[in-house]
Amino acid sequence: MAYTRTDRALNGLRPMEAKVGVIKNARGSAMFKIGKTIAYAAVYGPREMHPKFMQNVERGTLRCNYNMMAFSGSGNRVRPGPNRRSREIGLVTQNALAPVLDLTEYPKTVVDVYIELLQTDAGTRCAGICAASLALADAGFKMKDLVCAVSCGIVGGTPVVDLDYSEESYDDHSVDIPIAMIPRTGEITLMQLDGVLTREQLEKAVLLARDGIQKIYEVQKAALKAKFADGKISLEGE
Amino acid sequence: MIPKTYIQTLAKKNARHDGRRFDEFRQPVLVEYAVSAKSAEGSARVTMGNTIVVAGVKLEFGQPYPDTPDEGSIMISAEMLPLSSPEYESGPPGIEAIELARVVDRGIRESKALDFKKLCVKSGEKMWTVMIDIYPINASGNLFDASALAAIAALKNARFPKVEDDKVVYKEPTDEPMPLSFMPVSCTVHKIGDKFLVDPTRDEELAADARLTVAFTEKGEVCAMQKGGEKPLTHTEVFAMVDLAALKAGELRKCL
Amino acid sequence: MGKLLVEEKSIVVPGDFLAEGMDYLPAGGAFRESDKVISSQVGVVEINGRLVKVIPLAGAYVPKKDDVVIGRVTDVSYSNWFVDVGYALDAVMSLKDGTTEFIERGAELSEFYGIGDFVVARVSNVTKSKMIDISMKGPGLRKLIGGKIIQICAIKVPRVIGKQGSMVGMIKDATGCQIIVGQNGRIWVSGKNPEDELLATQAIALIEEKAHISGLTEVVKEFLEKNKGAQ
Repeated sequence: MAYTRTDRALNGLRPMEAKVGVIKNARGSAMFKIGKTIAYAAVYGPREMHPKFMQNVERGTLRCNYNMMAFSGSGNRVRPGPNRRSREIGLVTQNALAPVLDLTEYPKTVVDVYIELLQTDAGTRCAGICAASLALADAGFKMKDLVCAVSCGIVGGTPVVDLDYSEESYDDHSVDIPIAMIPRTGEITLMQLDGVLTREQLEKAVLLARDGIQKIYEVQKAALKAKFADGKISLEGE
Repeated sequence: MIPKTYIQTLAKKNARHDGRRFDEFRQPVLVEYAVSAKSAEGSARVTMGNTIVVAGVKLEFGQPYPDTPDEGSIMISAEMLPLSSPEYESGPPGIEAIELARVVDRGIRESKALDFKKLCVKSGEKMWTVMIDIYPINASGNLFDASALAAIAALKNARFPKVEDDKVVYKEPTDEPMPLSFMPVSCTVHKIGDKFLVDPTRDEELAADARLTVAFTEKGEVCAMQKGGEKPLTHTEVFAMVDLAALKAGELRKCL
Repeated sequence: MGKLLVEEKSIVVPGDFLAEGMDYLPAGGAFRESDKVISSQVGVVEINGRLVKVIPLAGAYVPKKDDVVIGRVTDVSYSNWFVDVGYALDAVMSLKDGTTEFIERGAELSEFYGIGDFVVARVSNVTKSKMIDISMKGPGLRKLIGGKIIQICAIKVPRVIGKQGSMVGMIKDATGCQIIVGQNGRIWVSGKNPEDELLATQAIALIEEKAHISGLTEVVKEFLEKNKGAQ
């Protein structure tokens, strides 16, 4: 029998919540929650890049750091500190965000993005990217667009979007494809795949992700605007 | 950014840079429970003014140590996340994080707030290890008190997971709480010049001469202490600080 | 025909469409992609004839020539001071730009400005790769003694200053404090007593928080009157 969902449609996302400016010490920050996965992101910098040989004289460098809190895993305690998985996710997050970001005003510097997972129920790198994109916008950096990310895939033969942990670990065939997109242009900035599926299934899954991305985009925009939405706008004194 | 000398001069004039009284905590003081309920066996988030700290409890099976075959164990760690302040850098825990974890540990472990005997499942063979991890989200001063409060709140929130065929089933929590014999709450008093103050901002911490963290039981007994900072404290000063800490710890306890 | 897609003064975020057609031109904080004008940052839309602009609501300080800034000395060498002006890279102030006084060769420069000292300086040059030179030769440029430094977002400095200095003037009058506002978002406040300084600090924090609302002057005036009386 084909896999079905009881709590939402196959093309439905889990409930989302986004909040901007949650970490006062940071230049920009955000919390992004999708289902039971909760990511914090904070942006610091631009600050001087060390070591010096890594400085780019043309523009600033984006550096992303992904971490799961020790108690945020689904089983045993996660050993703290960077591991191969977290470093790889940091790198793909960086590549997912860099295409929209304009750091030409800040040569020789680094902009640090720190992502921390408070609670996880799959889709953590996607939630991290959504939070990080909000934090960069909150920090006031110039961006061509926000970046949105969601996973899609095949669970028990059925194409779905936004897999939770039970789906990601579904016994009878599960494929997980995290995707990040520039929603305005539809360009893909992150794509990874774990599992085996046909080309046709891949196409169906990616189309589900495209639709999901647009819903995330609306949530992100609303969260950014909500930070400043108290009161009438003025341009005087500028 | 606020110069050290400015804070010290203000203290002489009986003032703080944000207008608070010396014995006044920043507002709000807030404890939220089960902030990571899907993943952790217990969790809490504490807000003190701009400072935010989360703590989570994980339980694992282990083998008791040979010298304490009938007892479980506890491990408390803290990490100064670079997410929480421009002052912190990535890397293994520095001395600041180690001291923070040790001070919180002293309040909970050494005070025997947790009944270790009840964490033993089978003498010499199987025990629970209680692991508490503490993370600042926004580090803006007084991580000591916020962390201690978050740790005890997370323990209060924690429930044992179900055990089936000697294996932990993390997805299914039971109703059984942690064997807490009492709830220690700590308060740190800072000394700037000849003044004592609580709940310092980060700038005040950097301008302080010395500090004293004191943990108390519900009955008001002292259950852990740690002096920090470079300058010494006199006998009289220590007791004045303990008295102030006792008073303020009582107020913090009401937030649990 | 071109068409505006947002109203003036609306809050926009990166990727928002502002206008379509070739009649409208992107200015600061906006860019063109085919026939659309699009926002590149969080900000408020300003329309000036055919120009569509986004006034930022957040952002890092980037030094410009002739900015008057408040810096903190981070290091001293034989012939230079290195000064943190709130940018990622320290600014350099050479011996000859440090003071109008004559400094002898080999003199100990930290006797003029030591590490940790706050100074008011002017940005004299910024290269493309962000080498920053500053100078303290000029009226009002000096070392700051006493007082406190407040850091706000540099983007909001114009609101703290107000039209022809009206906003900061109002705070000075109400609190009796001396106030120096650096273009880098650092503000020095020094008053006769802690209460005055606190009131000035709170007023500045209020401006930073509500920088984008209209009628800000009234809000701040009311705040100052209410709290001045409360003391």
